Amino acid sequence: MTTTLGNVASLAARAGGSVVRQVKAVVDPAPARPAGTDHSASGWLVVTVVGEPSQIDTDRLPVPLAEFGDQLEVLVRAAPGDKGTELAARLRDRPSGSTLARLTGSDPQADLRSALRRAKQLIEVGEVLAVDPAPHGDRTPTPGGMLLEMWTRVAPKAGVR
Amino acid sequence: MKAVTWRGVNEIGVEDVPEPTILNSHDIIVEVGLSATCGSDLHLMGGYIPAMRAGDVLGHEFMGRVAEVGPAVTKHRVGDRVVVVSFVGCGKCWYCREGLWSLCDNGNPNPGLTEALWGQGIGGCYGYSHALGGWAGSHARYIRVPYADNGAFTIPEGVSDERALFASDAAPTGWTGAHQAEVRPGDVVAVWGAGGVGQMAARAAMVMGAERVVVIDRFDNRLQQVRTHIGAETLDYEEVNVPAELRELTGGRGPDVCIEAVGMEAHHPGPQYLYDQVKQQMRLQTDRPTAVREAIYACRKGGRVFTLGVFAGVVDRFPLGAVMNKALTLRGAQQHGHRYIPEILDLMSRDEVRTEHLATHVMALDDGPEGYRMFKEKEDGCVRAVFRPGG
Repeated sequence: MTTTLGNVASLAARAGGSVVRQVKAVVDPAPARPAGTDHSASGWLVVTVVGEPSQIDTDRLPVPLAEFGDQLEVLVRAAPGDKGTELAARLRDRPSGSTLARLTGSDPQADLRSALRRAKQLIEVGEVLAVDPAPHGDRTPTPGGMLLEMWTRVAPKAGVR
Repeated sequence: MKAVTWRGVNEIGVEDVPEPTILNSHDIIVEVGLSATCGSDLHLMGGYIPAMRAGDVLGHEFMGRVAEVGPAVTKHRVGDRVVVVSFVGCGKCWYCREGLWSLCDNGNPNPGLTEALWGQGIGGCYGYSHALGGWAGSHARYIRVPYADNGAFTIPEGVSDERALFASDAAPTGWTGAHQAEVRPGDVVAVWGAGGVGQMAARAAMVMGAERVVVIDRFDNRLQQVRTHIGAETLDYEEVNVPAELRELTGGRGPDVCIEAVGMEAHHPGPQYLYDQVKQQMRLQTDRPTAVREAIYACRKGGRVFTLGVFAGVVDRFPLGAVMNKALTLRGAQQHGHRYIPEILDLMSRDEVRTEHLATHVMALDDGPEGYRMFKEKEDGCVRAVFRPGG
């Protein structure tokens, strides 16, 4: 009985800790990251892609970036050590990126991250990799599952600093 | 189709799930022949990697036959017998071109999760949580394989399904550890953990010319497998003082290379184990790094330590002073299997790498929950439970 109670307490503590950490990560990811890396002061977001700078025509950007139209500034430069080309973009009018915006997935800065990632895939692979619909079983609703679903909705809008 | 799924912490189920379809032009669909459990699945099962959702299909080590081919696939045809590397690599980004395939920029559609954890997103892996892409796993009749020209490898005739299966993950992970730790002819190599990955790391070190290879574990049956099938020496850490034995074996120097193939749920006979358990259960550390600590202390001055076991987050009492003052090189990696699998399959075809002994329990998908239970409890000498979706 003591063991059972201990196991229940342990599971409860673990589940609680997991939920708290996931909430913290969604609401405020900064503490989980190295200081100051969430947004650069300049607002530029950059990806490195294969190829030479001359292969990227800033007047004919990949569709995900072209869709931003005049809202976007774009820079292209060679990456050091033959690592390819650095493709940088920033919004001319940059919002603050509030917690609410992050949670609802309506953060323009996050949209730009996603666009840069998709542009990189188009340049490097020729298409954007899709994961859904992925086969899965019954999604029994749980608080942890709900938070993870929320997190995975915004997770594709990262991977670009 | 039927699939083995994660239902919750320590709860594995068998469910009907939709069949996968081709979504990108470089995809193939593989009809799974064999799909293995892996020690790293136990971290998902136990909730140590909290990025699983109820209903997620498990499994990342598999082989089978190509059932459908996307229009951009050039290397594979329907009917080919293939083994598929666990990680999804595009083959085009800088990391793939450098041979660091598990770091692929384009293989993980959810980079935000690992970016929050580790500062950068890494590649994707089948059946290994939404942090590594949310890719459906291989414990099912069919699985979708993106970037198939890079990730699927035709199995040579004469290599059995049971042998080729472990060219998907255990063997290339072992090869990654030994190669990235720069094992050289004449080295003494110690490997912590005699599971599938540890055994393959030991074999890789021998193939790369190590003079002496010692594998450390506490389960007799696994140590016996090491002696019989791998040809390495063994130490039972419940019977001997491992650092002392290693010093004696190496003329007081310590091993040149120490490969840790245990991961975040390490055991130890001493009080350190209780300390790590309490801290992990209270979430004051995410991982139990017992074997890593021992590897660092045991390694010779100026040697190389490689963390091949899976870790998720932060650890306590990490001997950074030993790393610095002993001038150690500390490295780690998930597997960069794409670069090693052709060589491994060749060695398998020449009988120089044997793996079928790892599949101690082959069963149907319906037995998924029981297979995972036996694997977790190491019941009946279970080294790996392997599922045969075709029955």
